[in-house]
Amino acid sequence: MLELIAQDMAPIMFASLMIFLLLGYPVAFSLAANGLVFFAIGVWLAPMSEGTITLDWPLLFTMPQRLWGVISSDTLLAIPFFTFMGIILEKSGLAEDLLDTVGQLFGPIRGGLAYAVILVGALLAATTGVVAASVIAMGLISLPIMLRYGYDRRIATGVIAASGTLAQIIPPSLVLIVLADQLGRSVGDMYKGALIPGLILVGLYMGYVFLISLLRPKWVPALPIEVRTLGNGVTSLLVALSALMALGYATHIALIERVGPNADILGAVIGVLGVYAYTVADRVFKLNTMSRLAQQVVIVLIPPLALIFLVLGTIFIGLATPTEAGAMGALGALLLALFKGRLTYKVTEQALAATTRLSSFVMFVLIGARVFSLTFYGVNGHIWVEHLLTSVPGGVIGFMIVVNIILFVLGCFLDFFEIAFIIVPLLVPAAEALGIDLIWLGVIIGMNLQTSFLTPPFGFALFYLRSVAAKLPYTDRLTNARIAPVETGQIYAGAVAFIGVQVVMIIAVIAYPQMVMHYKGKVIDGASVTITLPALPSLGGGLPQLGAPQLGAPQLGAPVIQPPVLNPPVIKP
Amino acid sequence: MQALLTIARAIDRFTEFVGKSVMWLILVAVLVSAINAIIRKLFNMSSNAWLELQWYLYGAAFMLAAANTLSRNEHIRIDIFYASRSRKTQNWIDLFGHLFFLLPFVALMTWMLVPYMLDAIRTGQISTNAGGLLIWPARAILLAGFVLLLLQALAEIVKKIAVIQGLIEDPHSFVTAQEAAERESKAMAEALLTAGKDKA
Repeated sequence: MLELIAQDMAPIMFASLMIFLLLGYPVAFSLAANGLVFFAIGVWLAPMSEGTITLDWPLLFTMPQRLWGVISSDTLLAIPFFTFMGIILEKSGLAEDLLDTVGQLFGPIRGGLAYAVILVGALLAATTGVVAASVIAMGLISLPIMLRYGYDRRIATGVIAASGTLAQIIPPSLVLIVLADQLGRSVGDMYKGALIPGLILVGLYMGYVFLISLLRPKWVPALPIEVRTLGNGVTSLLVALSALMALGYATHIALIERVGPNADILGAVIGVLGVYAYTVADRVFKLNTMSRLAQQVVIVLIPPLALIFLVLGTIFIGLATPTEAGAMGALGALLLALFKGRLTYKVTEQALAATTRLSSFVMFVLIGARVFSLTFYGVNGHIWVEHLLTSVPGGVIGFMIVVNIILFVLGCFLDFFEIAFIIVPLLVPAAEALGIDLIWLGVIIGMNLQTSFLTPPFGFALFYLRSVAAKLPYTDRLTNARIAPVETGQIYAGAVAFIGVQVVMIIAVIAYPQMVMHYKGKVIDGASVTITLPALPSLGGGLPQLGAPQLGAPQLGAPVIQPPVLNPPVIKP
Repeated sequence: MQALLTIARAIDRFTEFVGKSVMWLILVAVLVSAINAIIRKLFNMSSNAWLELQWYLYGAAFMLAAANTLSRNEHIRIDIFYASRSRKTQNWIDLFGHLFFLLPFVALMTWMLVPYMLDAIRTGQISTNAGGLLIWPARAILLAGFVLLLLQALAEIVKKIAVIQGLIEDPHSFVTAQEAAERESKAMAEALLTAGKDKA
C-alpha cells in the first residue's frame, strides 16, 4: 500500500494542493504548507518509491538559496515599476481626458462611442495597464452617454468590459512579465510577441462593432453633432496629422545616412514633438490657427503616446531593458501628473501603498510556489505532468487545445498569478518536448487568461462594470429621460460575444504562429506576411480617415522596426 | 488573554509602521533605476552596485511589508468556497491556516535564514558581479521579513482566538472580490466627481 502511494506521490500531491487552495486560506502560505507537508511525507516514503522520489533533508536546506533567487530577480523588478506607473497615470486623470476627447471625436459616427471606448481601452492598456481602473472609468464616463443615446445595453457593456481587459495582453502588461519569468524567456521578447496579436485583437473588436453598425444600426447610433462641445474642426486635425507625417518623413530622410535604421523612430519622435510644440504654442499665444477639437486631441493624446514610446519603443529598439523602461515610464508618469497639477503627497502615498501591497502578495505567491515546486519536482511531478501532456493525441495542436481548455476552466476561478506560478512552469517541459516556442505559448496563455476576466460569473471586468453601472432607474441629467437600470444579465450577454471574439483570436494565434514568431526578427520572405493580417480589413470603409491606423502610428514603433517575418513552421505535420 | 492581546496590538502597530515606511523604498528604486538607465546610455557608464541596489530596495519593500499585508488580510485567497461560508466558519479556517500552514512555514524559514545570514556576515561575502554589493544586507532583509511574519503570525493567532471567543471585534473581516470592486468603484467615482468640480 505504502509503495503504491510512494510511487504515485505526484498526483496525490497535486490533488491535495487543490484541496489546500480551495479551503480559502491565503494562497501563498497554502502552497508553502503543501510543499512542506509533502516534503516530510516524501522523505519518509522515499526508500519505498523505487527511485521516483528524490527527496532528502539536506535538499530542504536549499530553500534560502531559492528565496535568494526570488528576491534577486531583475525581471520581477519590472512589476512594481509598471504597477506604480499605471496607478499614477490612473490618478492623473488620463482615462477621463482620453474618453472625453476621443469620444467627442468619434461620437458623431455610427458606432463611434464604441470605437472610442476600444481605442481608449487600447491606449490605457499600453499605459496604465490596470483592468479595474479602465473598466471603472469607462463605466462611469462612457456608459451613461451610451445609454443616453440609446446604445444597445449588451453592446455597450460588452465593449467596455472587453476593452478594459486589453490591459492584460497589450504590453507592458504584468501578466506578460510574470509569464516571461515563469517560462524562462525575456520580457522584451514576450512584449514583441504579444504586440501584433494584441493589436489584431483591437482590430477584431472594432470589426465586430463595424459589423453590428451594418447589421443592426439602431444598436450603435451616431451621436447628434451638437454633442461635440469642442466644436467641429476635423480639417485642422487632418492638417496637423499631415504636418506630423511630413515632418517625421523629412527628419527620416535627413537622418537616415547618419543614424541608419533608427531614423524612422527619430523621425516619428521629431514629428510628434514638433506638432505638439506647435499646438501648445497655438493655445498659449491664442494664434487661432487650429480648431479647438484639433488642439484638444493633440494635447490629450500626445503625452500618453510619448510615454508609450518611452516605455515600449526603448524596449523594442533595445535601448533599455524592460525593467529600466518601467522605471523611466514611472518617472515619466510622475512628471506627467506633476504638469497636470495632479501630483500630491496623498496621490503618491496611495500609489506606493497599492504598489507595495500588490508586490508583496505577488512575490509571496511566488515564494510559496517555490516551496511547492521543490517538493513537486522531487517526487517527479514534472515528469508526471509531461507524460500526461505529451500523451495527448494530436501533437502540438492537441497539446494547445488541452492546455487552453484547462487554463480556461481554471481561469474561471483562479487568479492569473496563481495560474502563472503553479500551472505554467509545469507546462514548460512538455512544450519543449513538443518543440513549441515558449513565447508563442506565453502569448496564447496570456490571451486565454485575458478571456477569463470576461467570463461570467467570476470575470473581474464584469464585477467592476457591475459595480459602476446603474442598478436603479435614474433620470439622465441632460435629457431628463428616465433610464432603466443595467441588468446583470445584460452585462453577461454583452460579454459572451466578446468571449467569442477572444476564442477566434486564440485559434488564429495557434493557426498562424508567425503573428508571434516575428519577435525573433529573422526575415524569410515578405509574401507570407499577408497571411497574418486578414483580420483587419473590416476596419476599412465605414471608418473616417481618423481611424485606428493613424492614431496608432506614432505609438506602435514596433511593426516598423521589426520586419514581419515567418519563422520555420513550428507546427509539425 | 488581555496581556497577549496587548502584545498582539503592539506587533500590529510595529508591522504597520514598518509596512508604511518601506513603501517609499519603491519610489527610491524607481529613481535609482531610471537615473541609472539614463546615465548608462548617455555616458556609457554602468555599475553593478546601482543595479543590485534596485532589487535590494524592492526586496526590502515587499519582504518587510508582507507582515502588514497579512494583518490587513490582503494576501490573495481562492474564495470560491470560503466566501460562501459563515463568518464563524471563516474564522476557524483562518485559525487552522495560521496554526498549520503559516506558522510552521515562517518558523522554518526563520530558523534556516539565521545561519544563512550569519554565514555571509562572517565571510564578508560580496556579490560575484564586478563592483557588486555586500551580500549580507540582502540576506538580512529576507530574515527580517520572515521574523516580522513570524511575529505577525503569532499576533494573528491571538487575535483570531479572541475574535472566536467574542472578546474583540473582527479587525479586518474578509471582503469578497465583488465587495472590493464596489469599494474601489465608489472611491473612483468620488474622485471623478471632485475632479469635475475642480474643473468647473
